[in-house]
Amino acid sequence: MAVLVIAEHDNASLKDATHKTVTAAAKMGGDIDVLVAGKGIKDVMAAAAKIDGVRAVLGVDHDSLERQLAEAMEVVVVGLMDGYDAVLSPDTTTHKNYMPRVAAKLDVQQISSVTGVESADTFVRPIYAGNAMATVQSTDAKKVVTVRTTAFAAAGEGGSASASDSAANIGDLKSEFVSEELTKSDRPELTAAKTVISGGRGMGSGENFKLLEGIADKLGAAMGASRAAVDAGFVPNDWQVGQTGKSVAPELYIAVGISGAIQHLAGMKDSKVIAAINKDEDAPIFSVADYGLVADLFKALPEFEAELEKAGV
Amino acid sequence: MKVLVPVKRVLDYNVKARVKPDQSGVDLSNVKMSMNPFDEIAVEEAVRLQEAGTATETIVVSIGPAKAQETIRTGLAMGMDRGVHVQTDDDLEPLAVAKILKAVAEAEGADLVITGKQAIDNDYGSTGGMLAALLDWPIGSAANSMSKDGDALTVVKEVDGGLQTVKLQMPALVTTDLRLNEPRYASLPNIMKAKRKPIEAKTPADYGVDTTPRLKTLKVTEPAAREAGIKVEDAAALVDKLKNEAGVL
Repeated sequence: MAVLVIAEHDNASLKDATHKTVTAAAKMGGDIDVLVAGKGIKDVMAAAAKIDGVRAVLGVDHDSLERQLAEAMEVVVVGLMDGYDAVLSPDTTTHKNYMPRVAAKLDVQQISSVTGVESADTFVRPIYAGNAMATVQSTDAKKVVTVRTTAFAAAGEGGSASASDSAANIGDLKSEFVSEELTKSDRPELTAAKTVISGGRGMGSGENFKLLEGIADKLGAAMGASRAAVDAGFVPNDWQVGQTGKSVAPELYIAVGISGAIQHLAGMKDSKVIAAINKDEDAPIFSVADYGLVADLFKALPEFEAELEKAGV
Repeated sequence: MKVLVPVKRVLDYNVKARVKPDQSGVDLSNVKMSMNPFDEIAVEEAVRLQEAGTATETIVVSIGPAKAQETIRTGLAMGMDRGVHVQTDDDLEPLAVAKILKAVAEAEGADLVITGKQAIDNDYGSTGGMLAALLDWPIGSAANSMSKDGDALTVVKEVDGGLQTVKLQMPALVTTDLRLNEPRYASLPNIMKAKRKPIEAKTPADYGVDTTPRLKTLKVTEPAAREAGIKVEDAAALVDKLKNEAGVL
């Protein structure tokens, strides 16, 4: 049995989500190869070759793969699947974009956002925004799986897999990349941060998110938000934590002015420690928080920042 | 331009899913069901395209039990022209759904299909991508905004790092994200009018699609519960607990 893992990267560096997907693949058993599809990917391939448990790294370098366009990725992955029994990718937006195309072309039912791997054909996945967990067994000859990476530990680095270039047979595409508007930030990436501080509708405005910045700076935290705060236009969409946004599982998650709607909890309840600040003592967020502070956030946040300072954080 | 919008009848997003005691699935008896919220956004976008004169005809399709007709009526009340109901009592997987939708899109000669980016019941998030691949159409996933310019469709997508813009040749498929628009409420006159709009009755067999499931659900369980912790007095106590008890500062 052979499993193909698709790397998460930005053409310059390999992302941790790849290591976590390798861990999920290892639970299926068999040989693991990593596909790096992109443009100018030598460094990424070298990094992937170091992941423990990887047999080989395949690199496909092509202009249309710089942004991993859905149609181009479909062609590359489907073209490789003769040699594999399963293909796994992280469940980030990049891969969610083309994995269903791969599954359809292989005539396979995709198994999305798995949080557990029981065997080579049996997986656990959240349904209904994480309010239920389904254990499903695939009867398809090949498995197409996306992985909720927060549910898996990262594979180590000490391996020395072989790395080789593979040709891309990408013809004319019906789509093209136009532009990208990426949020610039010196803070850690939301899904990889050790600490996350998120604001909700209770923040009242985008301006008030400044109250979280000083705390985020002190803690080296990434900043996130609830769907309500994003929908209200306080912060950009890519800050959204929840079932329809990003899933995070940091060491510490601080929820400020977030009531704790089911769909938000689905995206953060795997955090190791959860702290919540909310003025409504009946807010559902307190039912999952390890430490709850019932207080007006406009008073509590400056105090919290000052106390962090005092504690030498 | 003909626009096709598939919609799914799902457990209402305000209702908490309850797992059946025999672990066979989620209990859907006597609970409120609604149109999948992402599909509502897709319907709204199609109706706006028609109001702007960009779309010439808008068709809403649902695959599901007899009651899926209600969901189609909701789409018609929001402004869609007519409906197609592919009736089945089976809970079809996205692959089978995509195969049926491909046949519907071809039969209708659709130029644009708008789907929700995921259904909030099974959370596969794969029907749109599968349908695009089966049709060999380009896809704009998780759309934040979209505009048609001649034979091309420009889609601004929500991606993990921010926003990405792609240009698609028509025909094309777009999946909706939350910020694409705010769906309207159907007015009473429009709800009445929708009752007279035609809904064509079909079955999966009409399209020759094999809907045998590929996945076997072995069990459905409650997620591991997280215990509520303690309330602290003030910010100082919170910092103390996080630093000295939890050790995460």
